Formats: sequence, structure tokens, C-alpha cells
Amino acid sequence: MSLRKAKEFVVEKLILLCGLASIFFVILIFLFLLKEGLAVFQTITPFKFLFGKSWYPISEPAQLGILPLILGSLLVTLGAAIISIPIGVGCAVYIAEIAPVKIKEILKSGIELLAAIPSVVLGFIGMVTLVPLVKNLFHLPTGLTALSGSIMLAFMAMPTIVSIAEDALYSVPKNYKEGALALGATQWQTIWRVMLPAASSGILAAIMLGIGRVIGETMAVMMITGNAAVIPRSILVPVRTLTATIAAEMGEAVVGSEHYFALFAIGIVLFIISFAINVTADLFLHKRQ
Amino acid sequence: MFKKWLVIFAIVLAAAPAFAAKDKNSIQIKGSDTMVNLAQSWAEKYMEKNPGDFIAVTGGGSGTGLSSLISGTCDIAMSSRNIKEKEIALAKQKGINSNEIKVALDGLAVVVNPSNAVSKLTIDQLAGIFTGRITNWKEVGGKNEKIVLLSREVNSGTHVYFKEHVLRKGDPNGKEEFSSGALMLSSSQAIADEVAGNSSTIGYYGMGYISPKQKALAIAKDEKSEYISPTIENVISGRYPISRPLFMYTNGSPQGLVKKFDDFCLSKDGQDIVIKTDFVPINR
Repeated sequence: MSLRKAKEFVVEKLILLCGLASIFFVILIFLFLLKEGLAVFQTITPFKFLFGKSWYPISEPAQLGILPLILGSLLVTLGAAIISIPIGVGCAVYIAEIAPVKIKEILKSGIELLAAIPSVVLGFIGMVTLVPLVKNLFHLPTGLTALSGSIMLAFMAMPTIVSIAEDALYSVPKNYKEGALALGATQWQTIWRVMLPAASSGILAAIMLGIGRVIGETMAVMMITGNAAVIPRSILVPVRTLTATIAAEMGEAVVGSEHYFALFAIGIVLFIISFAINVTADLFLHKRQ
Repeated sequence: MFKKWLVIFAIVLAAAPAFAAKDKNSIQIKGSDTMVNLAQSWAEKYMEKNPGDFIAVTGGGSGTGLSSLISGTCDIAMSSRNIKEKEIALAKQKGINSNEIKVALDGLAVVVNPSNAVSKLTIDQLAGIFTGRITNWKEVGGKNEKIVLLSREVNSGTHVYFKEHVLRKGDPNGKEEFSSGALMLSSSQAIADEVAGNSSTIGYYGMGYISPKQKALAIAKDEKSEYISPTIENVISGRYPISRPLFMYTNGSPQGLVKKFDDFCLSKDGQDIVIKTDFVPINR
């Protein structure tokens, strides 16, 4: 008996440890980011870092302005959101409300499959198919543009948006829908006026999480956005994102140099952006409950 | 159940020294993407001749290789640029004395799409193009088309060399930078592919990557000089204006396997491989 109790105790504590581990690691990572990243502000003011217009990290003296990178990330994300939100939410509505069971199953596994494609593969496919298409379609000097990145990233955001939005639609109480239909509303009226508003907070959370995935994505954008650190004036020009900058330059940065610290500071900026997005998504999710 | 784990644990413990011992006849080489193919060929040939020794080669860029050498995670760093003062100092702090060995030469080819009418440029024009002063092909004798600049990422020795020797023309106090509109691609192959598929591009990389899908430009030091094509003969004779040495960096003077491998690279066999991989041999 006492052995059983002891076992129970050990297992309980082990599970507690596992539970705490994730928080512990997040805190450790954040502290490490702060420690390495804040060091850059000994040589450059936060204002100049965030709003400086040129990024020449290995010149003497280094110019470490990340405004073009922030704008690049935001532009690609905005483009991806504009493409993926209507399609993703529409897809969720179709799966949850309209599709017959058989099609529903096929669609759901298709979307899971889309989520499983590694981003480097998407990037590669984008590079050989989408980039030349964008170039010829808009008569651009190069197809490596923010738009190409947005389109490819929209594919990556969609699975997240569809599956969470679909969950939200499912959890709307059945009697809402039945009530609306009984009152003589058409199916479309029911979806538009009753189901979507009732599930709105869940759908917003889905969108936020989808966007969170897009802004943190690295490999695909690095391969197809051209990585030029200029302030973008349209969606048809090359951009350089925060994530691609870290990935491309971390290998070179001499450990302990200004450049190295600046890359960690970019990490802090990214961390703050995705933290804000996740918190917003969380707020929406809790509001629903 | 418990016993089984104990047995596995014991096996792992017993095996650990065996793995550690194995490390003595294996070395890690890391760095310049330009040199990866070359070092890989060297390693293959060397391992063929010396079975039992193991040489692992990885790329990542010259900077990546040098910072690995400094942090002690590789034995030899390949670099297509000289080590920087800052890096030497940093290495010293960590107890590592960088030792430079010149192993080959490389001509830096400037390439355009074969359909481009331009087939020769001066260094001055090149600097103008890559700094963004010249933006249209018609300014250098081509058709009316915007120039699309392709560059390597900043972790590339090729990027640094091109900036210092073409954009700044070797002036250490130069302030010229790549135009911020230049596209930064992550590998020489990516530049080769983009040049092959886009008629308004211009890019640069080691001569080893030249293929019939790109056109390598003839380059002249200034308007009065002769335009020279990037060929092995022209690099050896020193007539081609943009060529550079390729280095291997070790910790202190090489010893043991590192020395054996270095000697092999500089031997006749090693330098024959240099020619085979489209670089230029150094021991002539």
C-alpha cells in the first residue's frame, strides 16, 4: 500500500515538474534574450535602433537601424493576413456548417496535411513557381517581393486559422442555429447573422494565432522575399524581415560584437510582438468562455 | 524493468570512452560556402588514402567558420577573406592563436544573364552599379531596363571581399556600401539560378559556379586597361582584377591530423583537386 502511495507521489511530482518546465524555459529564454540583447543599447539609443533607416551591421561604424526590417515583417504579415483571413474563415464556415460529412473529412485531413508541409519546402516551391509568376504578372524587375512572401505565408497561416475557427463555430450552442432556422432565416442568414457573431471571439483568436505563426516564420520568407533592407514603398518590392535577418546573419556575427547583440535585440522585438499577439488571442479566447 | 534501464545505462557508460577515443582521428572543417566543394573533394580523396581518419566538412560562410574556430567547435576554419583584427583579438581571449594558411586562389566572376547585351565593365562601373549610383542597364551600354542587384548575405566572405575590393576599390577607409536595394541571397547557387532566369540581374560569385546559363563579364581595372575574362590562366597570371586568396585557419601551427590534412591540400595531389573544382592552384 505504501509503495502505491509512494508511486503516486513520485508521479504527481514528476508531472508537476513537467508542467513547470515549460514556464521555466520561457523565462530562461527571455532572460537570456534580455541579457544579450540589451547590451546593444550601450552603443546605440533604443530610438535610433528602432527607427534608424539603414541596416549595415558589418560596416565600421556599424549602422544598426531596424526600421526597414520591422516594416518588412509587418508588410509581409499584413499581406498574408489579407489573403489568409477571408479564405481561412470561409473554409472554416464551409467545414463546420455546410459540407457533407464525407467532404468534411477530406477537407480536414487536407488542411492537416497543409500544416505538415515544412516551411522550407513551401519556400522552395514558391521560389520556382510563384516568384517567376509574380515577376511576369506585374512586369517587375524581380519576383522576389513582399507579395510572394505574403502569398506563401498565407498558406502557412491558413491551417491554424481554419482549425481554430472551425472549433469556435462548433462550440456555438446548437439551439442558436436551430432557433434561427425555426424563425425562418435562410442558411446564409443564420451563418452571417447568428453563427459568426456568436463565434466571433474564437475566430478572432484563430486569426491572431495565424498571424503569430506568420510573423515568426523564417525559412520561406528568407527564400522568396529578396532580403533587401529598404523601407518598402509597395508590396511589389523586395523586403527583409526581422526573422530572416537573424537567421541569415547569426552565423557571421562575432560573438560579443555589437552586431551580435543587435541580433539578440531584434529577437527581443520579435518576442514582444509575438507575445502581444498571443496575449490578444488569449484575451479573445477567454472572453468566449 | 529497472534492471533493463540499468543495463542500458552501463552500456552507454562503457561506450563513452570508445567514442571519445575515436575523436582523435577525426577533424571538423567549417566555413566559407565558396570553399565547401573544394574542401569536400579534398576530404574525400584524403580519406580514400588514409582509411580510419575522418574529416567532416560543413559550410555556413567564412564568418561562421571563424567564429566556430574561436569558440573551439571546429579544427579548421575555411575562409574566403582574411581574418579581422577583432576576430584575432577575440580568439586570443579564448586562448586560440589563429594561424593562416593560403590554400588556393579564386577569381570572382561578375555574371549577367546571357541575353544581356553588356559583356564587359570597368571596376568603376561595377562599383557604380552595386552602390546604386547606376540603376539602368542603358547607362553601361545595355537596353533600357532597371538593374537588379544580387548579392550574398553579410556572412559571406565573397560579400566582404567584393565590398572591400570593388565597391571601395581596396581603400580601407572607404565608406561605400552595397545599395540597400540589393537582393541578399543565401547562396552562390541561388544567385546563379536567379541570374539564369532573369534578364535584368547582375550578381557575383566564385568562378567555380559559372555555367553556360550565365555570362561572365570581362572586367578592366579602368577605362584604359584591357578587359580580362575570369579564366584560370588569367587569375594565375594576375591579370584578372578581382581575384582573392582562399585560406584555412587553424589554432596554432597545425599538428597531428590537422597538419597531415593541410599538407595534403598543399601537395600536388591536393592542388590538382583545386584545378578540378574550378579554383586556381597556389603552388606553381
